[in-house]
Amino acid sequence: MSSATVAAAVLPNRRLAGTSPRSRAWGRFKRHRLAMFGSGVILVLVFAVIFGPMILPFDPLHIDLRHRFAPPPGNGHLFGTDQLGRDLLVRLLMAGRISLTIGFMAMVVSTLIGTSVGVTAGYYGGLVGTVLMRIVDAVLCFPSVFLLLALAAFIKPSILTITLIIAATGWMEVARVVQAQIKALRHRDFILAAEMLGASGRYVMTRELLPNAAGPIIVAATLTVARAILAEAYVSFLGYGIQAPTASWGNMLNNAQQYLNSAPWLAIFPGLMITLAVTSFNFIGDGLRDALDARMDLT
Amino acid sequence: MASFLLNRLIQSVILLALVSVIGFAVLHLAPGGPLSQFALIPGMTQEQLAHIAHEMGLDRPLPLQYWEWVSRLVTGDWGHSYRDNQPVLAIISGRLPATFELMLTAIALAVLLGVTVGVLGAVRRGSIFDSLATVGAMVALSIPTFWFGLIVIYIFAVKLGWLPAGSRSTVGDGSFSDYFRHLIAPAVVLALVEVAIWSRYMRGAMLDVISQDFIRTARAKGLSEKSVMLRHAFRNALLPMIELAGLELPTLLGGALVTETVFTWPGMGRLFLDSLGYRDYPVVMGILMVSAVLVLIGSLFADILSAAADPRIRL
Repeated sequence: MSSATVAAAVLPNRRLAGTSPRSRAWGRFKRHRLAMFGSGVILVLVFAVIFGPMILPFDPLHIDLRHRFAPPPGNGHLFGTDQLGRDLLVRLLMAGRISLTIGFMAMVVSTLIGTSVGVTAGYYGGLVGTVLMRIVDAVLCFPSVFLLLALAAFIKPSILTITLIIAATGWMEVARVVQAQIKALRHRDFILAAEMLGASGRYVMTRELLPNAAGPIIVAATLTVARAILAEAYVSFLGYGIQAPTASWGNMLNNAQQYLNSAPWLAIFPGLMITLAVTSFNFIGDGLRDALDARMDLT
Repeated sequence: MASFLLNRLIQSVILLALVSVIGFAVLHLAPGGPLSQFALIPGMTQEQLAHIAHEMGLDRPLPLQYWEWVSRLVTGDWGHSYRDNQPVLAIISGRLPATFELMLTAIALAVLLGVTVGVLGAVRRGSIFDSLATVGAMVALSIPTFWFGLIVIYIFAVKLGWLPAGSRSTVGDGSFSDYFRHLIAPAVVLALVEVAIWSRYMRGAMLDVISQDFIRTARAKGLSEKSVMLRHAFRNALLPMIELAGLELPTLLGGALVTETVFTWPGMGRLFLDSLGYRDYPVVMGILMVSAVLVLIGSLFADILSAAADPRIRL
């Protein structure tokens, strides 16, 4: 295709979709049905976990042995009750607060670590870059569940430590994505120009390179939330994460196996919540990938 | 080929060295390090702890400790379990066959199903089947393995009674069919995520190949669409899949740990969790290193295999 036909094909489109890259990206995101569905689910979930426990007439820690194992929907307990007679719905929402918070916080920390490592390795290259990326490769040799558990078992569990442990085992993908992006941008003319104007390494990295790598970082960060929520679920399910009586989606499942026969809803609902949240973040990540890919402006 | 092999081997050795440094770092990251177990004993005084630390060499400079640890690791002395004083390497290798059995079955399932779904999706790109497979794969990737295991147990063991709810065989029944019945559910559960990943990669690889010139040539020659897809596109799209097998090993090992826990499968993953429960530091460290080395060997093999199959990679 000649450049004239490309322009002819693209220009009317551009005018329709708005002029700034940002509004074009938003236009593409809106057309991604799965991503919109995911965003809707996450919005509802966030509102539900914030306001739900205030509205529901049950205390998540209130033990009511006369009403244990009430199957859903019974006695006003929409999702039933657990082995101690606690309302399952209110516990799911309280657990959602913990699990989503850990997911977001771990994403922030691991994106910070991953981005710093990736930018440094991509910008300096050479020995520094090689060493940093080899460390990334080496950490990736450990299956993340093993590493996660080995750390969690020997460190006193709290929301903060679990977040840090998840972040410590989840920054490598971000580092790889960012390093590849920075390496590709590194020798472009605008970087050369900035350097010839006397800009320092730090200025070039933070003001010139980073904004141009924002797209892939945002995508990787979104997928990291999904991964972190799953990681929390795994560690807590296996008993080394958030500890009872505080509920998280993972630790609500660690007693569920023994009641599988008599009270299957105890296993079904928390898992559904995890799947719903993780799927939604994966959908959003997929939509953002399409929306933020600058090459998509040409189609 | 020889220089490629040498190059890859050297890279692997460097990576292995780094892996050992990270393993050692994890060992010392935990508060108290390998001592944490002894600190739990009631009545343990600070003085006694210091004595044990001295005996274990923990009061010496870190580089020296690392050197000692690594040189013992290399000679096969991985220490003894705190729990039953058995050599760590023997304990772990006793559990590996069960884990391999599970992993190999799951991989076989994943390759068969994933490749089929991926190829069909690429051939009928944009069809309802393709969209369903895409969404299905993303949902499958989001389901926690342990929860999927619980649901499978609930449906097929508790409700329908078709399959056993766990363990590798019935005590006293050594028949093949008994082993097979126990294997089905955990293998399917472990395979789910892999099926999703393989189908995605296979679809992508097929689409890449289909857009290339030699496919257009094959079509222009008047070959049937079936022949173009199967004999030309499919065979070439399989190449990158060899590498995927190596890349997917960490995920598979991690999944095996969780699956083994849910199905009380007597493999390395369960051993890892049991050892964590007992704070059995030498075994925990041993399994961490074994899994990393397995991953490393896996990706080395995948690289060599794909280089053997495709001369372009060696350049």
